[in-house]
Amino acid sequence: MKALQTNNASNLKIKQHRFVEILLKIFIWVCALLTVSFVVGIIIYILVKGIEGMSWNFISTPAAAYPVENYGILGNIVNTLYLIVITLVIATPIGVGAAIYLTEYAKQGRLTKIIEFTTETLSGIPSIIYGLFGSVFFYSVFKLNYSILAGSLTLAIMILPIIIRTTQESIKTVPIMYREGAMGLGATRWYMIRTVILPCSIEGILTSVILSIGRIVGESAALIFTAGLAYNLPNITGIGDIFKKAMDQGASLTVQLYQYAARGGEEMKYAFSTALVLVIVVLIINVLTKIIARGFKKVK
Amino acid sequence: MAIIKASAEAIAANSSSETEKLASVKKQKPKNTIIGVGNGLTEKIMHIVFLICSSVAIIALLLITIYMISSGAPIISKVGLKDFIFGDKWAPTKEIFGISPMILTSVFGTIAAILIGVPIGLMTSVFLAEIAPKSVVKVVQPAVELLAGIPSVIYGLLGAMIIKPLSYKIEMLVFKDNPEHIYTGGANMFSAVIVLAIMILPTIINISRTAIIAVPEEYREASYGLGATHIQTIFKVILPAAKSGIATAVVLGVGRAIGEAMAIILVAGNMANMPEAFNSVKFLTTGVVQEFAYSSGVHREALFGIGLVLFVFIMIINIVLNLILKGKAKAK
Repeated sequence: MKALQTNNASNLKIKQHRFVEILLKIFIWVCALLTVSFVVGIIIYILVKGIEGMSWNFISTPAAAYPVENYGILGNIVNTLYLIVITLVIATPIGVGAAIYLTEYAKQGRLTKIIEFTTETLSGIPSIIYGLFGSVFFYSVFKLNYSILAGSLTLAIMILPIIIRTTQESIKTVPIMYREGAMGLGATRWYMIRTVILPCSIEGILTSVILSIGRIVGESAALIFTAGLAYNLPNITGIGDIFKKAMDQGASLTVQLYQYAARGGEEMKYAFSTALVLVIVVLIINVLTKIIARGFKKVK
Repeated sequence: MAIIKASAEAIAANSSSETEKLASVKKQKPKNTIIGVGNGLTEKIMHIVFLICSSVAIIALLLITIYMISSGAPIISKVGLKDFIFGDKWAPTKEIFGISPMILTSVFGTIAAILIGVPIGLMTSVFLAEIAPKSVVKVVQPAVELLAGIPSVIYGLLGAMIIKPLSYKIEMLVFKDNPEHIYTGGANMFSAVIVLAIMILPTIINISRTAIIAVPEEYREASYGLGATHIQTIFKVILPAAKSGIATAVVLGVGRAIGEAMAIILVAGNMANMPEAFNSVKFLTTGVVQEFAYSSGVHREALFGIGLVLFVFIMIINIVLNLILKGKAKAK
C-alpha cells in the first residue's frame, strides 16, 4: 500500500516536471520569436516608411535653406564621409601602433594591464560623455568651435578601443614561427613588424577599420555637441577649400535624421528615408566584415 | 559594439594560453644583437613611437576624467552636493538644480529595461546556442547582428512612431477614470523602457551566447548521462556554468542602457518628474541633450554637473565589470 502511494507521488512529480519543462520550452521559443520579430518588424517598417520619401533627388541634392523647398541629404552624406576619413586618418595609425606595442614590445606587466583597463573603460563610456568632453576640451585647447574636425577628434578617441583590440587580436594570431624566422634571418624588430607582422594582420586592421566606420556612421550624441548642424555642400573652388570644410559645421546623417524626427510632421517621412540609407550602410558593413573574416580563414 | 566585445572575449579566452606561450618563448629568445636590416636608431625611434601610440588611450581617459570633473564639479559645489543630488526640483530658469528625479529615472529605467530585456535576450541566446538547428541559426544570428548595428537614433525614430502611440492608448485605458492625470501623449517612462529593453537585446544575446557555447561539452554529456532532459540540462547545468558570462552581459547591458540618449530622447517626454510608468520624464542623458543647445551660464554648468554624475555611474559599472572579468580569469 505504502509503495503504491510513493509510486503515485513520484508519478505526479514526473507529470509536474514534464509540465514545467514544456512551459520552459515554450518560453524559450517565444523569446526567440520575439527577438526575430523585432528585427523583421524594424526592417520592414523602415523599408515601407523610408521608400515614401526616397528619391534620387533626395540623395543627390543638398537641402535648401529655410524656407525649405527641397529635401536632400547630399550635404549630410558629404559631412559623414568627411567625418569617416578624418577620424580614421587620426585613429588608425595610433590604434595600430598601440596594438603593435602591446603585442610586440611590452612585457606582460603593469603597463599592458593599465592600457587594457583604459581601452575597456573607454569602450564603456557612453557617447554623450564623449560629446560633452569634446565640446569643452577641443574648444578650450584647440580653440575649435563646432566643426567637423572637432567631431572627428572626439570620434577618434571613441573608436580607438575598437582599433586597438581588433588589431591586437589579429596580430596575436600571427604564428610565432614567422617572428622567429624573421629574427633568425637577422631582421631587426621594426623590420620584422613592417615586413611580417603588418602584412599578416592586414585583415584584422581592415576589419577594425570597417567596424569603426560602422560606429562613426551610427554615432549621433557625440556629434551634436561637437560637429554642429549644418547641411550645406562645401563650396569648393580650390584645393584649400577641401580642407577648409573640415573647420565648418556639419551634421552627419544620424544628426540630420534626429533633426527631421524632432521636428516631426511632414519631415518624419524624410527621417525614415535617411534611416533607410543608414540601415543599408549597416547591412553593407556587416556583410563586409563577414567576407573579410571568411577570406581570412581561407588563407589560413 | 556588442559583437566586438563578445568576439574579443571569446578570442581572449582562447588566446590567453597562447599569450603565455608567446611570453615564455620571448623570454627564451636571446637579446636582439644580430646585425641586420635597419639600424639601431630607427629601432629606438619606432619603439618610442609605438610607446607614444599606446599611451594615447591612457592620456585620453585621464583627460576625459579631468575635464568631466573640472567642468562638472563647480556647479555641484555651488549648489551643494546634497541639494544637487537629492534635490527634487529642476528649474533652470529659477536656478534651482536638483537632479534626483533624473537620477531615479535613469536608475529605475535601467532596472526595468534589464528586467524585460535580460530574460528575452538570455532565452534567445539559449535558443541559438542549444535548441535551434544550424539553418535557423544562420538566419537569426545575422539578424541579431543587424539589430546591434542599427544606430540608436533609428531606435528613437521607431519608438516615436510605433511605441509612443501604443503607449498613449494604454495610458488612456489606465487613466480613463482619473481626471487628475496629466496625459503625456505616449512620451513617458513606459515607452522609454520598452525602447531601452529592445536596444540592449543584442548585447545580452551575443555575450551570453558566447558564454553558453564555451561551457565544456562534458558537462552536457554528464548531465544527460545522469538521465537529465535537455531542458533540465540547460537550466540546471549550462546556465549556472555560464553565469559569469551572463553577469558580464547584464553589466554591459546596464552600461548601454544608462548611457543611452538618442534612442529615448523622443519618447521619454521632457519633464523632470519622478519616475512613474506614465509620467513624462527626463533621464540624465536626455536632460543633457534636450537642454544643451539653449543653455548658457549656470544652466550649462549644471548640465555638466549631470554629465559628471553620469560619468561616476559609468565608472562604477566599469569597475564592477572588471571585477567580474577578473573573477572569471581566476576561476579558469
